[in-house]
Amino acid sequence: MPKITYIEHNGSAHAIEVPIGKSVMQGAVDNNVPGIDADCGGECACATCHVYIDAAWLDRIGLPVPGSQEASMLSFAAVTQPDSRLSCQIHVTDAHDGLIVRMPEGQH
Amino acid sequence: MVQDSRQIVIAGAGHAGGSAAAMLRQLGWQGAIVLIGEEPILPYQRPPLSKAWLKGEATAESLALRPPAFYSDAAIGLRLDTRVTCIDRPAKAVLLPNGEAVSYDYLILALGARARRLSLPGADLGGVLELRTAVDADRLKAVLRPGARLAVVGGGYIGLEAAASARALGAEVVIIERESRVLARVACPILSDFFQAFHRRQGVTIEVAAQVAALEGLDGRITGVRLGDGRVVPCDAALIGVGAVANEELARDAGLTCANGIAVDLSARTDDPAIFAIGDCTSRPLPLYGRIGRLESVPNALEQAKQAAASICGKPAPAPEVPWFWSDQYDLRLQIAGMPFDTTEIAVRGDISTGTFALFHLTADGTVQAVEAVNAAPEFMGGRRIVQRRKRLTRVQIEDVSISMHELAA
Ligand SMILES: Cc1cc2nc3c(=O)[nH]c(=O)nc-3n(C[C@H](O)[C@H](O)[C@H](O)COP(=O)(O)OP(=O)(O)OC[C@H]3O[C@@H](n4cnc5c(N)ncnc54)[C@H](O)[C@@H]3O)c2cc1C
Ligand code: FES
Repeated sequence: MPKITYIEHNGSAHAIEVPIGKSVMQGAVDNNVPGIDADCGGECACATCHVYIDAAWLDRIGLPVPGSQEASMLSFAAVTQPDSRLSCQIHVTDAHDGLIVRMPEGQH
Repeated sequence: MVQDSRQIVIAGAGHAGGSAAAMLRQLGWQGAIVLIGEEPILPYQRPPLSKAWLKGEATAESLALRPPAFYSDAAIGLRLDTRVTCIDRPAKAVLLPNGEAVSYDYLILALGARARRLSLPGADLGGVLELRTAVDADRLKAVLRPGARLAVVGGGYIGLEAAASARALGAEVVIIERESRVLARVACPILSDFFQAFHRRQGVTIEVAAQVAALEGLDGRITGVRLGDGRVVPCDAALIGVGAVANEELARDAGLTCANGIAVDLSARTDDPAIFAIGDCTSRPLPLYGRIGRLESVPNALEQAKQAAASICGKPAPAPEVPWFWSDQYDLRLQIAGMPFDTTEIAVRGDISTGTFALFHLTADGTVQAVEAVNAAPEFMGGRRIVQRRKRLTRVQIEDVSISMHELAA
């Protein structure tokens, strides 16, 4: 199973094996990783599953399609950066083994 | 691990109760947690029940709030298929049907709400359905075949979402609404008109200002809904979606203050400092509006779960959130931020006929109290920020789409 490392804003790291097909958000929620709220359960309706993608991964993960629901939600999320994504919109594949994501200071 | 001999009992294993258990562990609670729920399955999400789940597009696994292993890993004791029958406050214990007493240091009531029932002739016929639980949803799903005729009594969000899903499955749908428009209690007339027209274009028949006189049946199964004017809407099943009632009886019987919900403060605490209440079963302060109200939404359940967990763990109270809600029907996504108290004016941003627009509700001094956004994520997100900051805007500013949402929300 691909291993994903979630790093909380305070620096605590959680290395989690996430089954292929699940979202990066679900991997965090299933393992009670603090810092990802996911109020809407992955419907791209809340922007409380916001993460920053590690610089080494940004090319492979990519940015949200301009004009998409994710892009518009993100542009108003708390503390958005150029490497921001909504983790419920990233679905885990074999290619994600080793992915590192960081959590913003808050989701609200 | 520090030994903590205290025990938290959570009564009600739904969205609020399940989330509170998880948040308590996130905040470092080291004592025992016992989660007691009447339904036989692990805590799950209800929103998909009228949407993806009903259409057969979601798995049971994706419905679950968390996977089974989570509860054992986090040392959360589960007592499913178990109803709490009584709170014994002097003994600090809850009672179960088998007579067992489970003692608590803190009790969190997360009892939710139940579908309101109609006291009408025929209400107990087969095929008269409600939609609150996974079992209800499976019953409804079983009747939604192509060509099946569904009558939906009540044009609220659940009724409209179920109608949209039923159409997607090829069923014929008639919505019967008592008021002069659908969504009468929860949305403004502009939004009601929009959704009404949209559903009609999708082939849904909508009867407004219609009384239901009786549910008619044959051999114990429903055959039609008789209206006040004598007409009969023939159907194979009827979904009754006429609102929900807070499950507050346990609290009331225990002497806690209840008024359309269990009364709580901003830490989700009841009159009794050892007892908290969260989610659909509560009547809570709405600090942004200086009022008290009962909300039925996932964000509210999560916010109050956070309040209770923070208070119990001695952490700072989370900042108050703008109440919000979403609803999916066909390819429409409605997102609402805030509540339109004391508003005198509605500004329309975007062209309603394109299906992408937002309605901003303003008070007399221009404070934006609420935003209803249809397929308009920037307006929802920006609107939520505007409502949070109590920002004032004029109708002209809002309606001018050459001013970006980022500028309006700045
Ligand atoms: C079909 C449907 C669609 C929805 N769509 C949306 C949506 O799109 N967006 C949104 O924000 N919200 C939506 N909601 C509302 C949302 O699901 C609720 O606000 C949320 O579930 C509230 O969580 P809760 O824990 O307070 O209540 P519930 O999830 O109802 O959980 C309460 C639990 O307590 C149990 N219980 C009750 N009494 C006892 C007792 N005495 N002993 C033990 N257990 C007991 C119940 O069996 C239940 O399992 C929808 C609801 C429904 C039904
Ligand atoms: S979980 Fe709500 S947007 Fe990702």
